[in-house]
Amino acid sequence: MSVPQEALDFERPSILQRIRPLDWAYFALVLAVAVIAHWQYGHLMDRYDTGGLILAAGMSAWLGWFWRPWQLFSIIVAALSLFGVWLYGDDLARGSTNFWLNYVGSGQAGVMWMSVMLYMATATYILGLFSKSDFPSRLGAAFAWIGSGAGMMALMVRWREIYLTDPSWGYIPVSNLYEVFILLAVMTTLMYLYYEQRTGQRTMGAFVMLVIAASVTFLLWYMWDRQAHEIEPLVPALNSWWMKIHVPTNFVGYGGFAIAAMLGVAYLFKHRFERTRPDAAITKRLPSKEALDGVMYKAIAIGFAFFTIATVLGAMWAAEAWGGYWTWDPKETWSLILWLTYASWLHMRFTKGWRGPVMAWWAIIGLFVTTFTFLGVNMFLSGLHSYGEL
Amino acid sequence: MSNNEQVAGSAPAATARSKSTRAPRRSRILVEFMGSMNLAITLLVALAIASVIGTVLVQNEPYTEYLIDYGPFWHEIFAGMGLYQVYSATWFLLIVTFLVLSTSFCVYRQSPGILKDLRRYNLQVKEKSLRSFHSSATGELDQPQEEFVDHARRVLKAQGFKAREKESDGQTVIAAMKGRWNRLGYLLTHVGIVVICVGALVDGQTLLKLNEWLGNIEIETRSVPVSEVPESAWVPVSNPSFRGMVEIPEGSSADVVFLPMREGYFVQQLPFRIELEEFRIERFSTGAESSFESDLVIHDPERDEPLRHTISVNHPLIYKGYAIYQASFADGGTKLDIEAIPLGAEALRSLDVPGRVFQEQEVPTPQGDTRTIEFIDFRDENVVPLLNEEGQRENRHLGPAFDFRLMDRTGHGLYYRNYMRPALQEGAMYFLSGVRESPGDEFHYLFLPADADDSLDRFRTYLAMLHNADVRNSIAREVAAEDPSGAAIAQTTAELMRLFAEGGYGAVHAEIDRRVPEEQREQVGELLMRVLHAGLQALYMEVLEDEGVVSIQEEEQRWLEDAVSAINAISMYESPFFFHLTDFEHREASGLQIARAPGESTVYTGSVMLIIGIFLMFYVSYQRLWIIARRREEGEGTHVTMAGTSNRHKVEFENRFAHLKRWIIDQKPANGSDDGHRESTNKND
Repeated sequence: MSVPQEALDFERPSILQRIRPLDWAYFALVLAVAVIAHWQYGHLMDRYDTGGLILAAGMSAWLGWFWRPWQLFSIIVAALSLFGVWLYGDDLARGSTNFWLNYVGSGQAGVMWMSVMLYMATATYILGLFSKSDFPSRLGAAFAWIGSGAGMMALMVRWREIYLTDPSWGYIPVSNLYEVFILLAVMTTLMYLYYEQRTGQRTMGAFVMLVIAASVTFLLWYMWDRQAHEIEPLVPALNSWWMKIHVPTNFVGYGGFAIAAMLGVAYLFKHRFERTRPDAAITKRLPSKEALDGVMYKAIAIGFAFFTIATVLGAMWAAEAWGGYWTWDPKETWSLILWLTYASWLHMRFTKGWRGPVMAWWAIIGLFVTTFTFLGVNMFLSGLHSYGEL
Repeated sequence: MSNNEQVAGSAPAATARSKSTRAPRRSRILVEFMGSMNLAITLLVALAIASVIGTVLVQNEPYTEYLIDYGPFWHEIFAGMGLYQVYSATWFLLIVTFLVLSTSFCVYRQSPGILKDLRRYNLQVKEKSLRSFHSSATGELDQPQEEFVDHARRVLKAQGFKAREKESDGQTVIAAMKGRWNRLGYLLTHVGIVVICVGALVDGQTLLKLNEWLGNIEIETRSVPVSEVPESAWVPVSNPSFRGMVEIPEGSSADVVFLPMREGYFVQQLPFRIELEEFRIERFSTGAESSFESDLVIHDPERDEPLRHTISVNHPLIYKGYAIYQASFADGGTKLDIEAIPLGAEALRSLDVPGRVFQEQEVPTPQGDTRTIEFIDFRDENVVPLLNEEGQRENRHLGPAFDFRLMDRTGHGLYYRNYMRPALQEGAMYFLSGVRESPGDEFHYLFLPADADDSLDRFRTYLAMLHNADVRNSIAREVAAEDPSGAAIAQTTAELMRLFAEGGYGAVHAEIDRRVPEEQREQVGELLMRVLHAGLQALYMEVLEDEGVVSIQEEEQRWLEDAVSAINAISMYESPFFFHLTDFEHREASGLQIARAPGESTVYTGSVMLIIGIFLMFYVSYQRLWIIARRREEGEGTHVTMAGTSNRHKVEFENRFAHLKRWIIDQKPANGSDDGHRESTNKND
């Protein structure tokens, strides 16, 4: 009965054992890129920029170890972005004369590729929901990967394009509604792909990609109807180092909430189908309610944690820019409301052990609160976040 | 935030503490109620609803605007409920206070148990109670007891558990736990919230409101100079926390800041004086502002030398705990040199009107009346997004402009915005003057055509001549000279020109309607218009001749059309003058927000506690495990009972427990693959 202890797998490998040679290679690559970047451009950086570089490199390396697909993804995105920047040189006009930039590699072309790919991903995932084979869903995942990569590259190249338009305008492309919508689509897709990979539940994509497709639709409307993609200088209040960390952190939160809401929808479908058509193929293909509930919790947890950080960062920025860390500006107030919404959700789950359709509905309503906080406040309520005034 | 999640982590014996059989005392009931989840959720919902009200109903507007928006009835009710300042209303502060109390009570109630849990392994468990756990397992092993305990110990250690053992009556009890930082997360989040709220209450208007309530201070509602504000509305330097605004014109200084409160304000005394040397707006090439900067000089009696510092948006000055922010800007009383050009017969005889923004000036009209001009604002750069000829949005620099209101003796009048320099519009240059009835309306523009020198000279000459009866008559005679029925036509022409000069096309049409029977009106009207235009054209020829212009090009013809449109519009302009800005001495004012927030670091400390707490709660899994091993009753070997709990997701822990059971009892690999590693290493997903 007794087996040699060495054959058992309870010994937890130490962190060094868990990291494979390729992980070290990735780490070395990130480190090398950061060092070269600092060696080449260090004289142009202040201490905040240097801090940002260290933070970005550290996070990329950690993310690569934590979630291996990030390694290849980040390498490809970085290579494409650098290629685009290199093709531009110092002439913005090459965006329309150079073949690669015009059709693939510029910020604008990248956004178009992202949009197309994410639409395709949505369609194939939905197909996968009704198909017997796993193939459409796998194809959907591939489209989602390419789409988010194109979006990420678009943001990187756009960053350069802003400086090429006018060096004095330079800002990070997470500063207006158009840019953050790209960020939202990229971030949500990547977060979803992570959950898909970790749980192996591909049918969730049919639901999650719907909300991403909706945001892409808004993005396209905003671009075609309002020419939102045109690069304009920033208002002084937004010209701050805080922008670089406040906004992306916020969008991890929004992304998590969006995923949770769509899983809530999936949960309700599953819940209903289990009673009305227990033998249907779609009922069987959907993940179990427990699995959906588990991922929904994880998405809300990560979203809530990052949203809390983002709100605190926002308060610190507000203290610097507006003269008070909390001034009950509509955006701040709605952030608080959103925070309370999910804080209550978590309390109900933790302390009362609530599960089931009520929590799913709660997560769905949460997405409406999220959308209002993100968009509605800027559209319907005046305040410091509307940037209409100094 | 009563928390069963905590209970889930304890053995049944430990939960007994909450089921006291003693009769509840009153204080105990209070603690139970204040710390209850239901109260907390109710307060959270109330806070959320109140917050929504505060965003829907625009806060801190002047009371007169609310009165207009909601009418006297609702205004009274809204004002009484404090809905115009929800976030500083007493009832709102009460909700926050109760939330703080509720959270505090919850922490007070839970923390002894948590702290005890952290240290207590609970070695008193019985086999029977272990078997009642949701996750429990038993096994019969051939292994001797010591060998098994040794094995279990190794597995637990490798899996990151801390364990305690007890041996009695030949049975070994192992109690193990892991991830107890999770429990600290609970404390950190909730204490963090309390700390944040306490810091915020310190920085809020609590003290100010308390002093007002005690009658120490009284708000001032009139807008009067600081020197006339009564002593009762002054807040002394000792006030530890406030946030207010002060506007300082260039070259001036201030040692007070105004704290808005309901329909009025308090005056906060500062221990130093702030002087504004210069205010600047830096611009991008598009004309959009890139930076707002103020050069400040701090005069502090405690300093030997004044402190010079430039602040800008996102870069405040923190001086002695007072944070000075660049918040806004305004005109600081720009000096304006204005030429009042009469829009009539006297057009060539202008008046010089000296002006200063925020001041008033009386202007005598050529008709012997008096108007009062009130200078409201001045801007030296006006960038307006306009559509260009290709229909694309384009930022246009229209240069300096000033805003004013022109009032008659009764105090009625319209609002105007006049631009100093002519602007290019569809290929020609015009002097622009916007007019509107109230500051909220859109401007309607008067376009006065500029001449070749970009001046108004030609227009003034033309206007003066048109208003001159002798000129009109001679021009009319000239026009009619070629016609057989000359005299009658000349008279009609002169009369039409007079009507047009005085009342535009409106007056002309009214006269036609009055004189001509309806059935002939169209035909005759058309004829008379042609006569009028011939007269206006002939007058223009005269003007051009005086100027020495011989050949008439397209642009000259266009000028006449523009001039005629402008004269037609003058009748609706309701000002006897065109106020032309000739020169100015720009003086700006910087709006500074000055705050003292001693609670800021407290709030940040609470925030950090909250964030750390959240991560501990979400990403550290708290697990407890008990193993009881005893000699088998029959034969050699060991009887093992094992149970565990966690506050994490049920399904996850079931998997986890299954793994532990495979390792400890079955003594087999969990999966035969590296999945076991994945499960135990990737806890962060």
